Amino acid sequence: MMHILRPAFAAALMTAICAGPAPAADSSQADAKREERWQLIADYLFDDREVLPNDSLIKIDAPKRAQDAALVPITLTMPEKDKIKSVYLVIDDNPAPLAAHVTFGPAADPGSLQLRVRVDTYTNVHAVAETKEGKLFSAVAFVKASGGCSAPSGPSDAEAMKGMGEMRMKFAESVQDGQPAEATLMIRHPNFTGMQMNQLTRLYTPSRYIDKVTVSYGDQTVLEVSGDISLSSNPAIGFNFVPRGNEPMKVVASDTKGERWEQSFKVPPVTN
Amino acid sequence: MGLCLCCVPMRGFAAASLSLKDVGNGLFIREAPHEEATRANNGGIANIGFIIGRDSVLVIDPGGSLADGQWLLSEIRNRTSKPIRHVVMTHVHPDHCLGASAFAEERPDFIGHHALRSALDARGSYYRQRLVEIIGPESVGGIVYPTREIEDVAEVDLGDRIIRFTAHGTAHTDCDLSMFDTSTGTLFPADLLFVDRVPSLDGSLPGWLAEAERLKGVGAARAVPGHGPAMVDFGSAMAKQVRYLTALRDETRKAIAQGIAIDEASRTVAAEEGEGWVLFDDYNDRNVIQAYKELEWE
Repeated sequence: MMHILRPAFAAALMTAICAGPAPAADSSQADAKREERWQLIADYLFDDREVLPNDSLIKIDAPKRAQDAALVPITLTMPEKDKIKSVYLVIDDNPAPLAAHVTFGPAADPGSLQLRVRVDTYTNVHAVAETKEGKLFSAVAFVKASGGCSAPSGPSDAEAMKGMGEMRMKFAESVQDGQPAEATLMIRHPNFTGMQMNQLTRLYTPSRYIDKVTVSYGDQTVLEVSGDISLSSNPAIGFNFVPRGNEPMKVVASDTKGERWEQSFKVPPVTN
Repeated sequence: MGLCLCCVPMRGFAAASLSLKDVGNGLFIREAPHEEATRANNGGIANIGFIIGRDSVLVIDPGGSLADGQWLLSEIRNRTSKPIRHVVMTHVHPDHCLGASAFAEERPDFIGHHALRSALDARGSYYRQRLVEIIGPESVGGIVYPTREIEDVAEVDLGDRIIRFTAHGTAHTDCDLSMFDTSTGTLFPADLLFVDRVPSLDGSLPGWLAEAERLKGVGAARAVPGHGPAMVDFGSAMAKQVRYLTALRDETRKAIAQGIAIDEASRTVAAEEGEGWVLFDDYNDRNVIQAYKELEWE
């Protein structure tokens, strides 16, 4: 099912749709269509597993109207964090709806997660938490945005690719032993969506995006991220980890062209 | 395509005609409203205009759409039959350069920054598509590339009237071109200077502040801003813009240093700077996001 939602085909489909004005639908009809769409996506992503709306296990914070459709900040909060194994972020009406799947390792504190995404049109954005028991719970936000997936990654493709793979990690100023600490991982990468057209050649810049990021701390995993075209250019991921000792934090990232980057970061000294 | 006036909504026409200002010395400027592109304004939301020289006409910014450019062309032809030898496209944004195709039959030099072509490659179709959705395909027009690319500085002569161009470093966008009319001492900073309408950042914030300094060095007393009144006192107008951009830069840096996330920063940074700026609430958040994503890599 999902393969038909891939960028190249979706771009062609979009062009067809955009050629005519969208038919007016009353809001309840639109809501029903959105729900139908979500069921379709959920069935594909999770097969027969039931996804239950639940705002005590997962919350999603997104702007109602995106300021920059190519960089929409999303914050997920998981209040009962000890129960959480992984989270999915789904932008229902994006050509490739699954933006990211993030699995938390033993060194993570899964209380919250921040991502930046491209949003192509007015859409529901679903966050799904997977518990350690294997149950799925969802939260939803409606975001108004337009053209996030076709918006260029930079002034030019060459410019957007400069410094590809360079990474930064920012840590909270004070890191206390055993207390969850905030960190933000930034990766330079254009994350080409496959929907960005070169005016001269009339060709789409081929999609190329970070599809795998692993963050580890000492010998333990913090996060495993599977990403897709909906993650913004220069992806940034905000997460929490549980500091201990003086081990470095290591990041391995790879993209869909098979290029791989690795970097270690010194975690600020732990205070007691 | 040709000049098909019947395709152009008359409402937009009438409103635009009224706002063409004769500022003297053969210089005419359409003072644009502080709006977003709509079907009524045909994307004509930037200041555009022309200089009638002794030998020829120079257009500086051909307009926000084919329809907007056609209107400008008709205004020129109402006043002179001199050839239009130069059409200046000050940067890639659609409200400034999408009208260029209206002038294709005049066969002018299309003058642009050396980075304009690649910027049009990256964004032109995206901008066109957005505008098609708003004003309809027949009014939008095609993308026109510069035929004369400015590497650094260059001059043209309209007949004993030297016009000087400067290609700037990344600032408002990555392809900003300014123009100086030496005989009247008038600077055309285009969107390197916003007046009244809140500046929108799409290039580099430190870069913009640096290029603002460079423009001050020209020593122009008056300027035609990309948005705002047709003619302004350059020094005070630029000082006001620099105040906003400096606050945006300093407060964004501070937010990054304090570990404030981009979404929270977009709601708080420079939020007190809105006085005297139209559309502030529509653009400041976005400016913060642009500034943040640049400055977080410093």
